[in-house]
Amino acid sequence: MVALVPVTFLTAFFVYPITSILWRGATADIGALLESFGKPTFVRIVWFTIWQAVASTALTVVIALPACHLLALHRFRGRSALRAATTVPFVLPTVVVGGAFTALFDRLGLDGGAFRVHHTIWAVLLAHVFFNVAVVIRTVGSFWEGMGIGPEEQARTLGASSWQALRWVTLPRLGPALASAASIVFLFCLTSFGVILILGGPTMATLETEVWRHAVLRGDLPSATALAVVQLVAVVAAVAVTNRLQRRLVVPRRQQAGRLPKPDRRLLAANLAGLGLLIGLPVAVLLERSLSINGGYSFRNYSALADRVDLLPVSSLVALSNSLLFATLATGLAVLVGGLTSVVVVHGRHWTSRLLDLGMTLPLGASAVTLGFGMLIALDEPPLDLRSSRWLVPVAHALVGVPFVMRILVPTLRSVDARLREAAAVLGASPTRVRMEVDLPIAWRGLLVGAGFAFAVSIGEFGATSFLPRSPDRLTAPLALFRLLGTPGEALRGQAMALAVVLMGITACAVLAIERVRGPIRGGL
Amino acid sequence: MYRPVQQMLLAALLAFIVAACGETVESADPRPDRTTALDSISGQTITLVTHDSFMLSDGVLDAFTRTTGVGVVRRAAGDTGQMVATAILTGGNPLGDVMFGVDNTFLQRTLDAGLFEPYVSPALSGVPEGLRLDSRHRVTPIDYGDVCINFWIDRFDEDLPPPQSLADLADPAYRGLLVVQNPETSSPGLAFLLATISEYGNGWEDYWRALRDNDVLVTAGWEEAYYGAFVSGGGDRPIVVSYASSPPAEIVYADPPVTEAPTGVVTDTCFRQVEFAGILAGTQHRAASEALIDFMLTPVFQEDLPLSMFVYPAVTSTVLPRVFIDHVDTPVAPHHLDPATIGANRNIWTERWTDLVLR
Repeated sequence: MVALVPVTFLTAFFVYPITSILWRGATADIGALLESFGKPTFVRIVWFTIWQAVASTALTVVIALPACHLLALHRFRGRSALRAATTVPFVLPTVVVGGAFTALFDRLGLDGGAFRVHHTIWAVLLAHVFFNVAVVIRTVGSFWEGMGIGPEEQARTLGASSWQALRWVTLPRLGPALASAASIVFLFCLTSFGVILILGGPTMATLETEVWRHAVLRGDLPSATALAVVQLVAVVAAVAVTNRLQRRLVVPRRQQAGRLPKPDRRLLAANLAGLGLLIGLPVAVLLERSLSINGGYSFRNYSALADRVDLLPVSSLVALSNSLLFATLATGLAVLVGGLTSVVVVHGRHWTSRLLDLGMTLPLGASAVTLGFGMLIALDEPPLDLRSSRWLVPVAHALVGVPFVMRILVPTLRSVDARLREAAAVLGASPTRVRMEVDLPIAWRGLLVGAGFAFAVSIGEFGATSFLPRSPDRLTAPLALFRLLGTPGEALRGQAMALAVVLMGITACAVLAIERVRGPIRGGL
Repeated sequence: MYRPVQQMLLAALLAFIVAACGETVESADPRPDRTTALDSISGQTITLVTHDSFMLSDGVLDAFTRTTGVGVVRRAAGDTGQMVATAILTGGNPLGDVMFGVDNTFLQRTLDAGLFEPYVSPALSGVPEGLRLDSRHRVTPIDYGDVCINFWIDRFDEDLPPPQSLADLADPAYRGLLVVQNPETSSPGLAFLLATISEYGNGWEDYWRALRDNDVLVTAGWEEAYYGAFVSGGGDRPIVVSYASSPPAEIVYADPPVTEAPTGVVTDTCFRQVEFAGILAGTQHRAASEALIDFMLTPVFQEDLPLSMFVYPAVTSTVLPRVFIDHVDTPVAPHHLDPATIGANRNIWTERWTDLVLR
């Protein structure tokens, strides 16, 4: 019975829309669809999409590991602030980040000559690391923290060098968490859009950008469908692997290992320098741009956020409050659906559990174009006439938020000691009472952490939102930002930068709030 | 137990949610009107589908509601390309009654899909012939603008004067100075390609080979070109593809205020983009939709267009704002191509362009 809500949600808002649009594309001109599979460019695009995602993922994991080590095993002032800071890029609009990177390349002389980075694969890889490093730091970091360092200490006592201990003891133990984080990052990079267009330059194309180009600009639905089908297959494969590893991610019991040691100074300095270069520099560029006016510095761009620009239906501040409202609704939905799904995945029957686990994760890798258009043509008749409903945007955001709630909640629920439950049952508690009094208190914090992620994802969402028809007064902050950058004028650009910084601030606050409730959570993000 | 502050916060949050959930139907008092035609539509509410850039000053649509009694709900559906694709996908069950914002580069696609019902507005006589691009009147021209080469004035002097024509851009004197957008991913990029095709006919491929040899820079979209590579955003290229109305925008949205635009327009390089409105086939409110199209050609609506959307009103007699008179160089004979020709060839041209310029 519990499964009914998530299954209905998934079927109505994801499976039905996606199959509708793919079916429409396939039946429009099946010949043209099959033909596009054979084009040489098609193979090239598929190949490039996959290898850039693999390379981005590998690079992200390698770069995130030292930070994981620092944040998982050491105690120092500003630890939670640093952890929160790594998450900020995660929700920044790509058009803003693209601009910041472009400016950096320009200033560092990397926009031309022998060391050109701009409009090369290196720019794309760098941006993907920037965006996704938080996923690895959180998944692997919290796993590492809970894992303890007993076996490493034994290995060192037996004469292993620290490198040997890392290579032969730590990495294999981290395996499941590493693989799980890697697959999430892979999914994000597979469906990357703005980074490819802005930083990759005009010659670069991935499945996601090509689906958009064919469906929107060329009006070629059959070709777009062929590309979308291939993307969906790749996403399903990636999710299946993720979930397999996720199930293997055995959650260790809480270690009462005492206080964590202070970090070695060199370790701390090296990490701060690395993260500072990677995340701090682009963020600093944004901050500088938001404050600079005519060669001087002022908060004028920030105070301008309250005034309506003639080009926008509402002020940036109203757009921000719209975003907050949507994010609140989306978070509520994601927590409800994600919570129920997690219960089913952990306690449900084998097949329901696996299918729901797979299905609910798919939206994480769904193309915004496919989902947006699918919702438009599928949800246009009663009882699901939602095309013009104000609920459509929160529902679309919640679809992406649910996997995050699940990924945190499922490992937590799995970690509930079976003996605790048995003891409660033996003492006469009904199954419902066991859920309420044993599972819920333990799962509660996990639910809050997941809620924070769902909130952050919704606040930064741009792609799917832009495809859903909405009342102009319901402009969200990322959409407003994009519009501000669409017309010449220093004042508009300054305001856009200020809006981006405020978005970062809101995200940082939300993530810091998450840190507060972290407590006993182990495993997951 | 709640403390007062928490209670206030809660109340504010609730008020906010309630307020935010209200629909934005702009139907002010539906006054009884004299004519029977208006009586029959008074009290109806129609939906106007637009692109995201559609903007009007407060009260403009209220004026329509006051005179006709028809309420208007607006729906923004992404950029022009997204809006058109959306409208075609939802053809049998349209999102609204009237659509605003299809331009001449997308026009043929919407006509082929049979999106619109023909309607000849009585106010059409005020619109120049050259803008009425559909002889069957399935769409009505509402405004126009020009995509033109813009240049940063300070970077040019007597030794290197600003370019005067498309041909100048291929001159080695202007080597490495131009940034354009990819016509496969950008609307102004496509308009500029169409300008070169209009100018050179079958010779457009040679022209682009020359531009490529002259080190033209290509970006995916307008933002990266204007704010990334162009001088305006701190880049080093002083020539960019943008709009004829970009210089007045540079004045209106300058900070600190300025009296002269830092940019100029090369008027011989412009491609004209016309924006249309049309009644979506399948509407249940035909008469009210006609009234809205008529309203779009009245002075109230037309005079609001320049500063709300930085476009020119289609009705010739419309009074322009000062900044448009002083700071826009209007091209005398902008480039244009027949919408049917664009519809039939745009995918072929952009593919050829990709082979020529990017490979």
